[in-house]
Amino acid sequence: MEKIFDRPHSLSDFVLSYCPGCTHGVINRLVAEVVDEMGLEGKTVGVCPVGCSVTAYNFFEFDMQEAAHGRAPAVATGIKRVHPENLVFTYQGDGDLAAIGTAETVHAAARAENISIIFVNNTIYGMTGGQMAPTSLVGQVTQTTPYGRKVENQGYPIHVAEMISTLRGACYVERVSVDSVPNIKKTKAAIRKAFECQMAGKGFSLVEVLSTCPTNWGMSPVEALERIRTEMMPEFPLGVYKDCTETGGVR
Amino acid sequence: MSKVLMKGNEALAEAAMRCGCRFFFGYPITPQTELAAYMAKKMQKNGGTFLQAESEVAAINMVYGAAGAGARVMTSSSSPGISLKQEGISYIAGADLPCLVVNIVRGGPGLGGIQPAQSDYFQATKGGGHGDYHLLVFAPSSVQELADMTSRAFDKADEYRMPAMIMGDGMLGQMMEPVEFKEFADPASLPAKPWATTGTGMKRKKNIINSLYLTPEELENLCVEREKRYDKIRATEYLYEEIDTEDADIIIAAYGTIARVAMSAVQQAREMGIKAGLIRPITLWPFPTEAFAKRAETAKCFLSVEMSMGQMVEDVRLSVNGKKPVYFYGRTGGMVPEQDAIVAEIEKCLKNS
Amino acid sequence: MYEQIIIAGFGGQGVLFAGKILAYMGMDTGKELSWLPSYGPEMRGGTCNCSVIIADTQIGSPIIQRPDALIVMNKPSLEKFADSVRPGGVIVLDSSLIDSKVERDDVTVIYIPAMKIAEQAGAGTLGNMVMAGAYMKARDDMFKVDDLYKSVREHTPAKRAGLAEKNIELIKAGYEFKQC
Repeated sequence: MEKIFDRPHSLSDFVLSYCPGCTHGVINRLVAEVVDEMGLEGKTVGVCPVGCSVTAYNFFEFDMQEAAHGRAPAVATGIKRVHPENLVFTYQGDGDLAAIGTAETVHAAARAENISIIFVNNTIYGMTGGQMAPTSLVGQVTQTTPYGRKVENQGYPIHVAEMISTLRGACYVERVSVDSVPNIKKTKAAIRKAFECQMAGKGFSLVEVLSTCPTNWGMSPVEALERIRTEMMPEFPLGVYKDCTETGGVR
Repeated sequence: MSKVLMKGNEALAEAAMRCGCRFFFGYPITPQTELAAYMAKKMQKNGGTFLQAESEVAAINMVYGAAGAGARVMTSSSSPGISLKQEGISYIAGADLPCLVVNIVRGGPGLGGIQPAQSDYFQATKGGGHGDYHLLVFAPSSVQELADMTSRAFDKADEYRMPAMIMGDGMLGQMMEPVEFKEFADPASLPAKPWATTGTGMKRKKNIINSLYLTPEELENLCVEREKRYDKIRATEYLYEEIDTEDADIIIAAYGTIARVAMSAVQQAREMGIKAGLIRPITLWPFPTEAFAKRAETAKCFLSVEMSMGQMVEDVRLSVNGKKPVYFYGRTGGMVPEQDAIVAEIEKCLKNS
Repeated sequence: MYEQIIIAGFGGQGVLFAGKILAYMGMDTGKELSWLPSYGPEMRGGTCNCSVIIADTQIGSPIIQRPDALIVMNKPSLEKFADSVRPGGVIVLDSSLIDSKVERDDVTVIYIPAMKIAEQAGAGTLGNMVMAGAYMKARDDMFKVDDLYKSVREHTPAKRAGLAEKNIELIKAGYEFKQC
């Protein structure tokens, strides 16, 4: 009998450590599928963050480095400068990328560092048990905002895709979502475009993926997917924020 | 190659490139600026990468990435910047990566000052970052030794897969002395690093650079394995210089720049008829314990002279192990002990013991 | 020989460079040597000094406690260092910039209007070379002035050979200066 569906070769048979219903696993798989399809497994070095994907070095089948909290873009810079021919990407959550690692993220983009960032935005710190993230919505209840995020105390969420797209060094920036099959397909296309952008030497790329955290949101997986559509998308509109890939890039 | 006259900071940079270092990630801070400036000028010409990072934190993590990718890589900074790099240094040690970190020490704590100091001894030799780990710490006292120790530090870091540090200060960095360099080494001729993340090329299993171990048994085993390596280093890799110690009544302990002043003080004391000697640790970790233990049998007392409030003196005391009194004399905050003051201190110590 | 020289003046007078050519001479003649500048947050144009040691034996402290020679090009530096010179030592003083005398009789003092001499030669910024020349004369028993000329030539880039010759001309002027 012909096998028509299989685990991507770039994904290991390690049991993913994500909670049931979490969409991290979907995004991991999309990255692995794109690496497979582009034939880059032997040339890829991934950098995982601190957060729920902290052990992603176990999940992927290519070379991986584990970075300190927020430092993945700096680590990726070091790797890419040594091996410019490799595909080097980071996989980071919102706390990692937009709080403790804001400087590393912004400056990697400003330098037009030829790396790709997969930015998973679920508006919460998952791994540490559901604290407020820089992307938490106004009013969102978390462990550290038990009465909801209040503007007068915690201010406003950071719009990463919009912010990064203002930098000349950024070549391709898109916000996507994994709430539905059509959007998952678009996410995969965006990841592929980011990796192609890098392999063509065109400069920094970032794909922001709206994702779920049913456990810390206190929702069922289905409710969590619905929250992406009803609460997150109005705050974080999907779309391409910057695309210089057609014009030869930014390097 | 013949001798050239060069500043310490520049000689270090030149020596690093000659021994195959092609990656430098830094962030500006006084008083190590000549080092980075020299790298900026020459690294690209030598086919390497010089990158000014957005912070010391980013710089050390770029070092982590490049070291994990198999490159001979370094960063340099001065005390406040080295404090910022401690996070990365701990991760580098935890991931068993070789690299070189240069600390051109200035007065502290806090922003401190920019004049020469040795008050980062504890930070360099006793941890600095979190966890059970060590750095190989070299403390040269001349421009030639600075160049020699740079290539040694890289080689030993590779051999033991751990970070190495060179401790200098603004005086050594600014000082010019004749220096003879080794010929340029081809980075390709350096020992292979089969553990590096270079991309599998579909020819081997994946490599992982990591310091996270969520199973305590596994983490303990790794720390125990690392400690065995450290024990080997403690037993074999210490370096020191001894001057006039055999018949000495009093032995000065001093490293780096101040060891040079101490050397002159010892000479001055000898001219006055005082039997003084000097032990100059060249590696601060591992500490040359044996050298002090041996002389604890023959000398009447020891005097640790430092540009700090007394840090290395603790290791001298541990090495002498209570057999003889160990005194301390130091200036700090950028002040340098004067030769006459050291001689006066020598006389005082001998009177007391 | 263990010759410890302090060269001091204002920033911009070429104090560090004067020290550097002496250091080159030491290196080229196979001596041990060290060159240490004063450094710090001082403003450009503030006082500035460097310590040069040229010796037959290993050099200990690069910091000079009691100089054998002081080459001094401004009054604050004279006040700072005059007393530290070893008895029997030498002080070379630019008398066109410092109007006071050294009140010590246990050192040799050479008063030379170095700045004026340099200006007359059309090179007002090269008073430092005149001072170096006067120092070489005072240390005729220790160093050969020809070795200094050689080092100046050797360590000046070929495209600036003209500058080397100008430097040498002024060193010579200082060397041949006769105190009246």
